[in-house]
Amino acid sequence: MLLSVRNLSIQFPSRAGLVRAVEDVSWDVNAGETLAILGESGSGKSVSASAVMNLIETPPAVIPQGQILFEGHDLLQADAETRRRINGKSISMIFQDPLAALNPVYPVGWQIAETMRVHGIAPDVAQARVIELLARVGISEPERRMKDYPHQFSGGQRQRIMIASAIALKPKLLIADEPTSALDVTVQARVLDLLKEIQAEDGMGMVLITHDLTVVERVADRVVVMQAGRIVESGTSAEVMRNPQHDYTRRLLDAIPGRAGFSDIAAGRPMLEVQSVSKIYGGLARQFARLRTQPVRAVDDVSFTMAKGETLGVVGESGSGKSTLARMILGLDDPTSGVIRFDGRAMQGQSEAEAYKMRRRVQFVFQDPTASLNPRMTVQQIIAEPWAIHPDVLPKSQWRTRVAELLEQVGLKPDHADRHPHQFSGGQRQRIAIARALALKPELIVCDEAVSALDVSVQAQVIDLLKDLRRDYGLSYVFVAHDLALVRDFATSVLVMYGGRIVEQGPVRDVYDNPQHDYTKALLRASGVIPQQAA
Amino acid sequence: MGSFIFKRSFQSILSLIFLVIVVFFLARMTGSPAMLYLPPEATQDQIDAYNALHGFDDPLIVQFGSFITGVFQGDFGNSLQYSRPALDMVLAAFPTTLALAAVTMPLVLLISIVTGALAAYHPGGVFDRLASLISLIGASMPNFWVAIVGVLVFAVTLNVLPTSGTGTWQHWVLPVAVLVLRPAGVLVQVMRTSMMTALSSVYVKAAKAKGVKARAIIFVHALRNSLLPVITVASDQAAGIVNGAVIVETVFGFPGIGKLMIDSVLMRDFAVIQAAILVTALAVFLINIIVDISYAFVDPRIRHS
Amino acid sequence: MPSSIPASVTAELPAAQGRRKSAILRSLLRDRYATVSVIFLLIVLGCAIVGPTLLAEQARALNLKGRNAAPFSLDAGWMFILGGDALGRSLLARIVVASQNTILISATAVLFSVLVGGILGLIAGYRGGWVGDVLLRLADAIMTLPSMLLAMIVLFVFEPGVTNVILVLAVSRIPIFMRTVRAEVLELKQRMFVVAARATGASTSRILLRHIAPMVLPTIINLAALEMAFVMLVESGLSFLGIGIQPPEVTWGLMVADGRNYLGSAWWLAFWPGLAIMLTAMSLNLLTNWLRVVTDPVERWRLETEAR
Repeated sequence: MLLSVRNLSIQFPSRAGLVRAVEDVSWDVNAGETLAILGESGSGKSVSASAVMNLIETPPAVIPQGQILFEGHDLLQADAETRRRINGKSISMIFQDPLAALNPVYPVGWQIAETMRVHGIAPDVAQARVIELLARVGISEPERRMKDYPHQFSGGQRQRIMIASAIALKPKLLIADEPTSALDVTVQARVLDLLKEIQAEDGMGMVLITHDLTVVERVADRVVVMQAGRIVESGTSAEVMRNPQHDYTRRLLDAIPGRAGFSDIAAGRPMLEVQSVSKIYGGLARQFARLRTQPVRAVDDVSFTMAKGETLGVVGESGSGKSTLARMILGLDDPTSGVIRFDGRAMQGQSEAEAYKMRRRVQFVFQDPTASLNPRMTVQQIIAEPWAIHPDVLPKSQWRTRVAELLEQVGLKPDHADRHPHQFSGGQRQRIAIARALALKPELIVCDEAVSALDVSVQAQVIDLLKDLRRDYGLSYVFVAHDLALVRDFATSVLVMYGGRIVEQGPVRDVYDNPQHDYTKALLRASGVIPQQAA
Repeated sequence: MGSFIFKRSFQSILSLIFLVIVVFFLARMTGSPAMLYLPPEATQDQIDAYNALHGFDDPLIVQFGSFITGVFQGDFGNSLQYSRPALDMVLAAFPTTLALAAVTMPLVLLISIVTGALAAYHPGGVFDRLASLISLIGASMPNFWVAIVGVLVFAVTLNVLPTSGTGTWQHWVLPVAVLVLRPAGVLVQVMRTSMMTALSSVYVKAAKAKGVKARAIIFVHALRNSLLPVITVASDQAAGIVNGAVIVETVFGFPGIGKLMIDSVLMRDFAVIQAAILVTALAVFLINIIVDISYAFVDPRIRHS
Repeated sequence: MPSSIPASVTAELPAAQGRRKSAILRSLLRDRYATVSVIFLLIVLGCAIVGPTLLAEQARALNLKGRNAAPFSLDAGWMFILGGDALGRSLLARIVVASQNTILISATAVLFSVLVGGILGLIAGYRGGWVGDVLLRLADAIMTLPSMLLAMIVLFVFEPGVTNVILVLAVSRIPIFMRTVRAEVLELKQRMFVVAARATGASTSRILLRHIAPMVLPTIINLAALEMAFVMLVESGLSFLGIGIQPPEVTWGLMVADGRNYLGSAWWLAFWPGLAIMLTAMSLNLLTNWLRVVTDPVERWRLETEAR
């Protein structure tokens, strides 16, 4: 047994009393094996791993019981210096957000070499090894790039650099805390493949902390499922995925998107027409002191038509232009060229009054519900704001009852109206945002990554709510997302965007079952919607 | 990086031009500037003669032209009191103030960085609370009052330091101590906060996971990152040192630019004031450019922007 | 990892205004420094408002017994607890009377710069464009100029007096409010809830008044308290140098300047007014530290939860 965590409990004192972050948790990992710790936010999934790395400050935290046995020795009994010598050399760790985990003011080569230097390797030897390591993790031109700073790399490259630093001393165990959650799907797949390769070469043990069941399915040998600080289920990952024992695991598995049937296309008259729309940023010397920048084609010659009652999924990775497109449909940005028509009317060049009228027919739900609700307003004020802006929709005397109705409609309680947004969970906040979007009885709702920030089980609930509203009110959606599986379940037709262009479009069934474009195939493969070996 | 420095220098030059314009028009707002350049007891004939000599009866735009030409040639007119070129007087006083600032600023940075970093290491500890209290008092004390209380205690009562003048190093102790107080008090707080942010960052956690020693985490990883806000505030405080210098030089009889300015105000010697203000502003702008360069030096993200 | 602590965000909470007020009061009382500061500031404010009417006579009255009376002695009556000056006037009474000008000048100057700087900052931040650029350049020009220099040249050209001192102090501090507000507005207008209001068709005035201004307000209040301390220090510096408030008006800074001539014989003349300046500035600083915590909505919510 390489590492064994036994009956570990960790508590954090807070103003509201002791918070039991993990309670009586036991897990272990062997050399060459991958253990996944699966859990949603707040489950305490990364707490025990942090304890392995001595990253939990005691005090304030308290560890009332448990052992962390690394090769038979209890780390919790070891002194700080012993543990420091183990960190980075025998056990190393990579983090969720590589941009935050790399020090912004030092070159990446220096940071990788540091791992070796602090464990007694001569600086020149370390330097030579850095080049080797960077090449190993797939950074091209390592001699030159080792002198660059973290901000000069892409997200995937940064995580590769973190991995290079973590494997520099061939550790026996690697702890990866959500290593791919901040990355695009195709990049995610490549980083996971890299981790598996390195593991096969060096025979190291790996602990993978994740919220993502597809990641577990893809790389883990065994899995422990955590909920509210406790382990509710453990076993080999194949077994747990196929035959979950605990109720919570079953619910998590059921919530995985991309496994339900396709939604059928509702035929209706054209509602939204987008004709050769482009959006170009920069390129103009706008200010005398500001230097001319390279123009960026965020959206490049995009055309499509969407019918009433349809749900159009817009998928793509970061930088694909999907959010810019959403902003233009909402009238928040004007296209550089091309025209967007809503219900036969061009949205550009219309008068203030016409634009104002249009606004009530097209509403929106944004990604981060925490950011999209004004923290100083009550839920009542937030949901009623559209009526304050469009006073002829509803007389003020009816605001209160209507807010109560809307809250019930989205699955909240009427007496929630007087609270502030920070008193709700992420999923509840998104429900408030949906209630606000419904206030004006719109015909079209643009959802920009509307469920991306939510836990899987909450995601499923919100999607169900959106589906119910579609059925009950004949709403149409433009559903922008990076998660292909979600789009598969919810949308009726889909646009695949890459580098500002549409590379493929069509009914969901056609695009998912029979992708034509290579990029679509790569995306589908990477996101696990179609099996690895197929296509 | 080049474009960043260029942009900032360009802004400074714009600001300086703005200042020159303000000085010019302020002097003309009270009517004839001869009132400012001539002693209050001057007769109408003298005023008329002066106006004609300096072209103050010309159209405003012509006057402005000759004023600008003068400024660029270093000609601010003569001191009323000493009949010497105003600029010469200012340049003679300038080194003393520069020396004061040159001693003060490094001291301020040293004190605040070390104290702030140590305070942040154990937030809420005895040292932290003591440092917070002392820095707060330092930032809240009126400097002229500290100066005279300092004179009272160290010069009058204990008789260990001279009351005023220059010459020996003892003459510098009280002025520098008074000048250090407020900027150091402010910067300790800034450093403490930014060090705490740095220490709770993910890259510090990652460094711990790499096995980096605690001392190296503080002084290599966290310190350099936490310097960024300190540099920004320090440049504001550098301008503030000029405020302090006016008072300190007056109280301690230091022949610097601050004392020169206040004497000229009291003697109504406009040419000297004008030259002193423009020279000081130029110095502050130069300090700002140095600060910007050091900012880019500490943060590679700015270098590459 | 604190981020993984399960957050029990859905706690039942009847949002009662009264309860919030008492929670804020309780948090004030828990912070001992803040409590003392607030009490001290209230006393100073009281002195500034009613002091001159109550004690003007005593401040002017010449009391032979009180001539150069040393502090902490009740021989000349309790009015001379802080000592008396060479003319036999009560120092305590004079400090109380002088508080009016001192507070009035700094408060008015700060109020003026908050209003002007705040509005300009809103415009520069929300509208941007060339107007914003010009405003920012102007602010930079004033900011890089030490406020003392600005004050000097203006007070040289115009007559030093209460109004001009207030004006020059206000102008020299406008940029700091403008820059702060502008920076906040620039950040706020990108926030999703502002974008959401725009997408619903909200008018600019609604966005500014309902969404942006309430978010900027706490920052402004904090900054105003800090600036008030700073402006008070600059004003007393100017008065001390003789280019600020002119006698017969009196401020604490002027009293320190007067007392300087008697440093060897009557130290208290310069000491007490200076101490008053320091304590007021310190209280304002401490108050700001506390305000920063309470005006954060999440932090405030924590206080309310705890108050249950």
